[in-house]
Amino acid sequence: MLLEIAKGLAHTLTVMLRRPITVQWPEEQKPTAPRHRGRHILHRYDNGLEKCIGCELCAAACPVGCIYVGPAENDPNNPVSPGERYAERYEINLMRCIYCGYCAEACPTEAITLGPRFELADFRRERTVVTKAELLEAWPKFTEGRRPASDVGAGADQASRELPRVGISPRVAWDMDEAQRTDLPHPDEFGVPSHVPRVISPDEADPQ
Amino acid sequence: MTASFSDIFSIGRIGGDGIVVVLIKSVVIVLALATAAAYLTYAERKVAARIQLRIGPNRVGPLGLLQPAADAVKLLFKENAAPGGRDKLLYLVGPSLAGGAAIFAFAAIPISGVTCVGGQASGAGCTGGYPLHWDLIHVNVSLLLVLAVTSLGVYSLFLGGWSANSKYSLLGALRSSAQLISYEMAVAFALVGAVILAGSLDLEKIVLMQHDLWFIVLQPLGFLLYFTAALAETNRLPFDLPEAETELVAGYHTEYASMRFGFYFLGEYINVVIVCSIATLVFLGGWLPLVPFIHSDWLGGLVGIGWFLSKVVVLIFVMMWLRWTLPRFRYDRLMNFGWKVLLPLGLVNIAVTGAIVAVRAS
Repeated sequence: MLLEIAKGLAHTLTVMLRRPITVQWPEEQKPTAPRHRGRHILHRYDNGLEKCIGCELCAAACPVGCIYVGPAENDPNNPVSPGERYAERYEINLMRCIYCGYCAEACPTEAITLGPRFELADFRRERTVVTKAELLEAWPKFTEGRRPASDVGAGADQASRELPRVGISPRVAWDMDEAQRTDLPHPDEFGVPSHVPRVISPDEADPQ
Repeated sequence: MTASFSDIFSIGRIGGDGIVVVLIKSVVIVLALATAAAYLTYAERKVAARIQLRIGPNRVGPLGLLQPAADAVKLLFKENAAPGGRDKLLYLVGPSLAGGAAIFAFAAIPISGVTCVGGQASGAGCTGGYPLHWDLIHVNVSLLLVLAVTSLGVYSLFLGGWSANSKYSLLGALRSSAQLISYEMAVAFALVGAVILAGSLDLEKIVLMQHDLWFIVLQPLGFLLYFTAALAETNRLPFDLPEAETELVAGYHTEYASMRFGFYFLGEYINVVIVCSIATLVFLGGWLPLVPFIHSDWLGGLVGIGWFLSKVVVLIFVMMWLRWTLPRFRYDRLMNFGWKVLLPLGLVNIAVTGAIVAVRAS
């Protein structure tokens, strides 16, 4: 019995000398998984037109009914989206959303996807209903914040990498007035959180 | 005319020290033990965290060092919730006794050798100065006193568990009574070998007898038995059945909240300090250094405290290390282990030690 105890003690001692794997959120953060299902994003085509055509299939597919789409007719001379209709209002109640991703599956134009943003808590209930202004990809500014894919991908030098222009983090956005709520992209959506001084590489985060 | 140390220290002297010395020692013991208990919770959490590849408390203060203070404040401000059908008096006696008995037991533990203050040390005597003992109660059966007082702890567990009028508390209390009474014997038997070798129950004399060779070398079995039984005495894993949280919620202190719960915690950690202190004094040479050092002056006394504390800290670390490595015993095995393994081994140890000492003496 003493031998087994000694074996166990030796094991825990070696573990004690290893580096802890704790990630000190929010000072440190692991990048989210590529297909992480966080808060939704409404996308645009490269020419700036909104992909959403206001068909409401997402709202129909939603098992908890947290999506509200208020469609409107496009002005043919100044269209918002390529189709006949566009979403004049688009609201998601994040208190209800279960992040299942059925809305993204139902969407015929790939207008809505679930993004990497997950820090969505707020003390004010009304702020947990996000509007189109927050969900929609920015235009034309979002191309400025975008960096070449090689910067983000494997092998990129994390330290010398040019950081993206810092956008507005969700917390700051929630503190602003309704009119000030902008559609500036949050850098999270390009893979690099803005308020995080150090991003842990996957190797470092998982020493096994 | 200048009063000498000896005069000041002897004011109001009844038996041992004068009243000034007694007061100073008491205050220091209470404060030091409370702080030690608080920081042992911190150390426990840090050790546990590292064994589980976590970091542990690090948010309150640098390295999380103010975490115990935050915990204490939290405990003090919590609601003093208590069950309705409790026995009001005994419900209060339980936690008081847990903290009180543990602190009392430390009074008889010498943390360093006798220091001659303001005089000249000459052999065992101290001419013209004040012989300062580094314990509060200096008696010639201090080991017995410590064992007797720590045994009072079982009353705190049992009274607390019984008076709370809850089935979990009662079961925890029954278990702890049975366990503590069983292992009390093993603790005493494990120490008897060393006592035979030293020929005294005075902790100071036991330590001085180890001047050439620590008793752990002569009594390795005794040390192992003592340490194992001490784990059970302090209700720590792998013998923490009285508060086995998977079965009994929290055992005897299920129905305690706020600082009353805090007192049980305090008592538990002070008991850890005490059993490690006894192990240090009886088996690891107490305040005697690994390398020879001259005693009986101020510096020697303080260096002795340093040696004593560092040995105790190592033992406490081993206890925590064991706790986060081993699984809990099953209750019947715990009892079997106590009565059928520890106790017979203790008796064998006593018989062999006694025989050798008798043969060598004749």
